[in-house]
Amino acid sequence: MTATHKLVAFESDKTRPDDWNRPQVIEPDGDAELLEVAMGPHHPSTHGVFRMDVALDGERVIRLKPVFGYLHRNHEKIAEGISYLGSMPFTDRLDYVCPLTNNWAYALAVEKLTGQAVPERAEYLRVILGELTRVQNHASSIGFLIQEMGASGTPLMYAFREREKILDLFEELTGARMMCNYMRFGGCRVDATAGWLAATRKVVEGLPGFTEEIERLLCSNEILMARTQGVGILRPDLAVNAGVTGPMLRASGVNYDIRKVDGYGVYNRFNFRVPLGDHWDVYDRFMIRLLEMRESIKILEQALKDIPAGPVMDSKAKIRGFRPKPGEAYGRIESPKGELGFYLISDGGPNPYRYRVRPPSLMNLTVLEDMAIGQNVADVVLIFGSVDIVLGEVDR
Amino acid sequence: MMTVEEIKAAIEAALPDAGVEIVCNPSVSGQHSLRLAPAQAVAVAKFLRDDLLFDYLSNVTGVDWPDKEVAEKVRVTRPVTKTVDGVETTVEETVEETRKRVAPGCLEAVYHLYSVAQKQGPVVFRLKTVNRTDQVELPSLTPIWRSAEFQEREIFDLFGIVFTGHPDLRRLLMWDGFKDHPMRRDYVEPDDFEYEPTAHDQVLARALAHQAASRTAQEAAAPALGAGQEGTGASQ
Repeated sequence: MTATHKLVAFESDKTRPDDWNRPQVIEPDGDAELLEVAMGPHHPSTHGVFRMDVALDGERVIRLKPVFGYLHRNHEKIAEGISYLGSMPFTDRLDYVCPLTNNWAYALAVEKLTGQAVPERAEYLRVILGELTRVQNHASSIGFLIQEMGASGTPLMYAFREREKILDLFEELTGARMMCNYMRFGGCRVDATAGWLAATRKVVEGLPGFTEEIERLLCSNEILMARTQGVGILRPDLAVNAGVTGPMLRASGVNYDIRKVDGYGVYNRFNFRVPLGDHWDVYDRFMIRLLEMRESIKILEQALKDIPAGPVMDSKAKIRGFRPKPGEAYGRIESPKGELGFYLISDGGPNPYRYRVRPPSLMNLTVLEDMAIGQNVADVVLIFGSVDIVLGEVDR
Repeated sequence: MMTVEEIKAAIEAALPDAGVEIVCNPSVSGQHSLRLAPAQAVAVAKFLRDDLLFDYLSNVTGVDWPDKEVAEKVRVTRPVTKTVDGVETTVEETVEETRKRVAPGCLEAVYHLYSVAQKQGPVVFRLKTVNRTDQVELPSLTPIWRSAEFQEREIFDLFGIVFTGHPDLRRLLMWDGFKDHPMRRDYVEPDDFEYEPTAHDQVLARALAHQAASRTAQEAAAPALGAGQEGTGASQ
């Protein structure tokens, strides 16, 4: 840790101008005419259907406005019309790269609303699955970032090779590779067999070799360093103010990890560290994801060693047809993309009166313009890739 | 961790006319919230950010509370004419009456606030519009917390709350020409389904014709089989 981590960005600063958190306004050189480019909705780098309306002066970005909604299906409205359990499979489709953490966040919110306890073995299984999800999300996110930089294929295929192994584990346990629908209010749907745990241990044993390999392959790659270092800088005070969370926030040097802060589940039993960035740029975001994979492997090793025997569902748990007392609850977890929260209001009926997803991907895009202004248009692709979004969650 | 009461006291000490009240949450989660007066909301928000160091606004969302007909029992005292022993007298009598009235609805914005600097939260506060139709303005908190920018746009889009002071209030998810607000409870999907003939229609027509032909064939064969064997004929 260096002195920059002590940066006190959050001290009350009433002398700052009111608009300090707005994007910087830059002027084009001379009387240059601006070129308006619509990047997307089918640009290969946008991970789905997303558009950035960019105003360019030569290659310099003067303005950038993100346009959303191409994948909007009003998930929240659907959830208000069906039972609490009925929304569980729909949460898989939010961030379809990390279905299990979505399940977890929703289960956590409903458990808060109903006061439902979760048995210990289920909590350990959730941690194991959550951290496996984090590893495969970060691996593929790194792969896609490098792919967008022009290194077509190799790193992405290395990442996907590892992701396949993890998805095979998901399939064996939950029956589905991506649409897992595994967690329930008060535990998990099925128990993991000894064979599954042994297979998971074997995969986890192989993961340090994978991070090692990625590190040797990429970290000191000259082109990667030239393209990413000093690009897309995000100030920590702005990151906090703009609600940026997850690896993006920590790459800006802010020590905020909900696993540590809230200690939800059984996270306070594990020994792991929170890596922080020093330069707040795209390279830091790439590095933070790599280091977080290593910390996840540490958690996985501890969880797989300590997992107790016992039931995976609370015996008093009500899964379907229950009516929570009127009231509301907000539950949040540290999903691989950032803070994933569910806000539920119950009016005493079998369906939620209000169901709200707080999507980390959408919030992290708030600062896209701030990071891109003044940069080259080619770097916008990298900056956008370093945010790591899934459109299923942005548009809901 | 500051309790809601402590935060309320702190706000009232700094801004005496803030008009803060506590909204109790009866659920087991126990996340009670504060209701702020919209006129004072920006000042209170600034105080929360700068003095209490709640620097991170996590979640902003809308809730629609439609007009509701409530039936309440009222005890009324009124003169009643009674005939007692052939003599008409007027006595005061208290009766219970059920009266129905319409409780006006509103739109609500709910904010979940955390502190990254002090690692505490959440503080939940709410703002309420006057009604659901013509007075739906609330002050925007985007100048205080940038994270409200897209979320307030989303609420404007889906619920129709107009945030005054928002730097760029446009629809976020629906397209610009869209008129209604889909997350409202009384939203009705427009009946704008346009029928387009597809190849599937031809397959369906052929299937129907085939079924009709086999049915007439069966009906023609049925009298010969006799009354008792209709069951076996239908299963073919």
